[in-house]
Amino acid sequence: MKDLKILAVVVFFTLVTYWGVEPFAHSQMHKHVEGHNFTYPDIKASGLKGDPAKGKAAIAACTSCHGIKSQGIKAPMDAMAASAAYGVNPPDLSNVGALFDTKYLIAFLQNPAHAAKAKKMAMPAGMAGTAQGAADIVAYLKSIAPKELSAKEAFVTACGRCHANRYGKWTQIGDVPKTKGNIKTGNDVELTKFKMNVAKYQDKLADYMGKLPPDLSIIARARSEHYLKTFVEDPQAVLPGTAMPRVGLTKEGFEKVDAYLESTGDPSKPLREKTGPWVLGYFVIFTLLAYGWYKSQWKGLGH
Amino acid sequence: MAHFDPNAKPFSHKWLNERLGVDTLKRVLSTEYWIPKNINFLWAMGMVLAATFGVLLISGIFLLMYYVPTTKEAFDSVNYTIMSQVGYGWLWRHVHAVAASVVFLIIYIHMLTGIYYGSYKRGRELIWISGMLLFVAFSAEAFSGYMLPWGQMSYWAGMVITNLFSLGSLNLNGLVEWIRGDYVPGQAFLGRFFMLHVVLIPLFIIGLIVLHFGTLRLPHVNNQDGEEFDFEAEAEKWKAGKRKESKVIPFNPVFLSKDVFVMGIYFIFFFYLVFYHFEFAMDPVNFDPANGLKTPPHIYPEWYFLWSYEILRPFSKNIGLIAFGFAQVIFFLLPFLDRSPNVAPANRRGIFKIWFWLLVIDMVGLTILGKLPPVGTWTIVGTVFADVFIALWIALPFVTKMEKPVGGK
Amino acid sequence: MSDRRDFMGMALGGFAGLGALGALYAAKRTWDPLPSVKAGGFTTLDLSNVPENTLVVEKWRGKPVLIIKVPKNAKPNSAPNGNNENAYDDKRLVTVGGHKYMIVIGLCTHLGCIPDYFPEKNKFICPCHGGQFNAAGEVLKAPPPSPLVIPPFKITGTKVVLGEEGPEYKKLLAAGVVS
Repeated sequence: MKDLKILAVVVFFTLVTYWGVEPFAHSQMHKHVEGHNFTYPDIKASGLKGDPAKGKAAIAACTSCHGIKSQGIKAPMDAMAASAAYGVNPPDLSNVGALFDTKYLIAFLQNPAHAAKAKKMAMPAGMAGTAQGAADIVAYLKSIAPKELSAKEAFVTACGRCHANRYGKWTQIGDVPKTKGNIKTGNDVELTKFKMNVAKYQDKLADYMGKLPPDLSIIARARSEHYLKTFVEDPQAVLPGTAMPRVGLTKEGFEKVDAYLESTGDPSKPLREKTGPWVLGYFVIFTLLAYGWYKSQWKGLGH
Repeated sequence: MAHFDPNAKPFSHKWLNERLGVDTLKRVLSTEYWIPKNINFLWAMGMVLAATFGVLLISGIFLLMYYVPTTKEAFDSVNYTIMSQVGYGWLWRHVHAVAASVVFLIIYIHMLTGIYYGSYKRGRELIWISGMLLFVAFSAEAFSGYMLPWGQMSYWAGMVITNLFSLGSLNLNGLVEWIRGDYVPGQAFLGRFFMLHVVLIPLFIIGLIVLHFGTLRLPHVNNQDGEEFDFEAEAEKWKAGKRKESKVIPFNPVFLSKDVFVMGIYFIFFFYLVFYHFEFAMDPVNFDPANGLKTPPHIYPEWYFLWSYEILRPFSKNIGLIAFGFAQVIFFLLPFLDRSPNVAPANRRGIFKIWFWLLVIDMVGLTILGKLPPVGTWTIVGTVFADVFIALWIALPFVTKMEKPVGGK
Repeated sequence: MSDRRDFMGMALGGFAGLGALGALYAAKRTWDPLPSVKAGGFTTLDLSNVPENTLVVEKWRGKPVLIIKVPKNAKPNSAPNGNNENAYDDKRLVTVGGHKYMIVIGLCTHLGCIPDYFPEKNKFICPCHGGQFNAAGEVLKAPPPSPLVIPPFKITGTKVVLGEEGPEYKKLLAAGVVS
């Protein structure tokens, strides 16, 4: 009994200390931002019904800068030329409809910088003409969006032109190519060229954004899920003044991106969660056996 | 000259006994190493610490096989190679990080147990001092290990802590640069802290552990009531079969059986943390790679350094450093600052009981305050707690001098 | 010492041993080659531009791979197994795009040195202990105990992927001539 009382005292002080240095300290360090679950309440729904056919007819307004690979439309410039011209490579629009919020996209087409809450945006306002025009184009993009999108494709469309992910072998201009070096010199000219292009792209991007957006390889461990969620939903609300634009992901779109970030940032999670119960179970049995041994050894000691 | 039986089979018990004295070793180290019977689970903390050190050693060896001590590759060798490529690399890393943190919890419990039961005086001074040396060595080991992943917290902790060696207004910047081998923490810094972490400090720790065990042998382990008795006489009783009457038990198997049971409970707790609750020991900020051009918005040491960090923080630069230095050495002096002859649990020692609990509360308070942003009210509260800490230690000789002798049980 | 006491101690000890085995398993896995090493175990070679009777050195799994487009008129030699007079007719050669190639791991089967090729003699001589091989990798002179090893390969057109086991490789394997 005495042991239990002592244990209670030890546990009490341990828990107080833990509470102080973890939950309490973090509540004092970071203001808590309650997200809106990707509903974007500040953007009013237009109520307009888009016509995909009309949107398709008007898509030339987009394809002067963007490609739509799934429809066989190539981007007019490659990533390098585009970044030299705009500071950043405009995204391919194939998967846009699958990831982003309709209401947000309509608002974005009318005034990108405003919808994205960004100081500047390479994309000019009013490209779609009227609000109805925007709704038509969004309806078209939604109509061509693939039903199934892999986590990596979601990441590439939503984040991949500004953020690299080196653990996922992704750079802002694409996957790191598999190349073969020269066996006599050990040089790999193709890879070196690729790396130089990445460097050039990153320099342009850093000029455009004010800093180089961080590599997201391990962001899943560096930030809490709640932080990532609220930050992606509304960067300015979490980190005022950040250069990161609001990208307008839907809840499902964010979950896809988050799944990719977790796969590169915390790949051991599945095995960790599988191994945990076995190890804990082992030590429970170990402790029971040890208790039996202890009791048998201390029997008759008058203690 | 010992007698060697020419007919003893090689590696037989007799053969070994003649050459290595295995029977004597077994007797001295385990079956006739006498421990008081009147103890509680806190007496198992020593073995828990030894086990945790073993866990750190083993997990560290596996990490060492893949870790690359260069500023360019350290971060990815830990976070990519070890965490995602090496089979069970993540397990070793989680185990190593959690053990490095939890070991300090056990050290503090072990230390406070010693203070509470007065296990640092009347022959036990060297136990205390060697234990404090271990505390310092573990602190150095923890700090040097914290540098190795080369994340933001590694870099900035390295920056701040090495800057302490400029010793305030003495401005010994040359010394700071000498410690770093550079103007800022860089390759030279990482290389030498890597060496310290994996070779030099562990060697010290192993030596100190042996010393710590050695200092325990003659004065014997204390007991719950601080009772003094004749160990040899009690041991004779045990050997004569009067197990109930004897006040002692042999280390192996009786004491060990309780130790192992406590260890079992400890390991359930430990592996729960390893698998499900590791953030406290693996700070998310350190998953951002080191960047010498950007300090993280909040920087703080690991939790176990917070109390002494908080003693440094509320004061002006020089006074803070002096207070910090005071906090580092004052625990060493405990056996000499306690002027009371009583070896008894604090609850029987009158005013010392209050002193003890004030110390615990003050250190927990300092720990919590040490992580809070140093603004507004927290600064004031922090100053109060730091002052109380210093006042407690100044008061200790007077408090204990006035203490009335209490008999044994 | 009662029986129960012994039993509990031994049960606990045994169970602790079980845990140690588990830890050993994790340790063994930690010691395994990394996935990146294993993924690096495939090398694709294009043989379309390989000149005749010229040694081409490639690298596969860190080891040198020697390739020779064996000429029809390779000098006859006396391989100890006596099953051929001319390296061109050796079973060990691999036909890719209508030509016959020797594809072997370029480490002498004696103690692992890399033998040098002498095109005019159509044979290899190992610099370490003087072992000799013909242009198909067969031993001509001891000490090497066995022919140069043929790595697993798969043929696709004029390309050869080292590290994969194609039907041609399996045939050689079945014939027992790969090593």
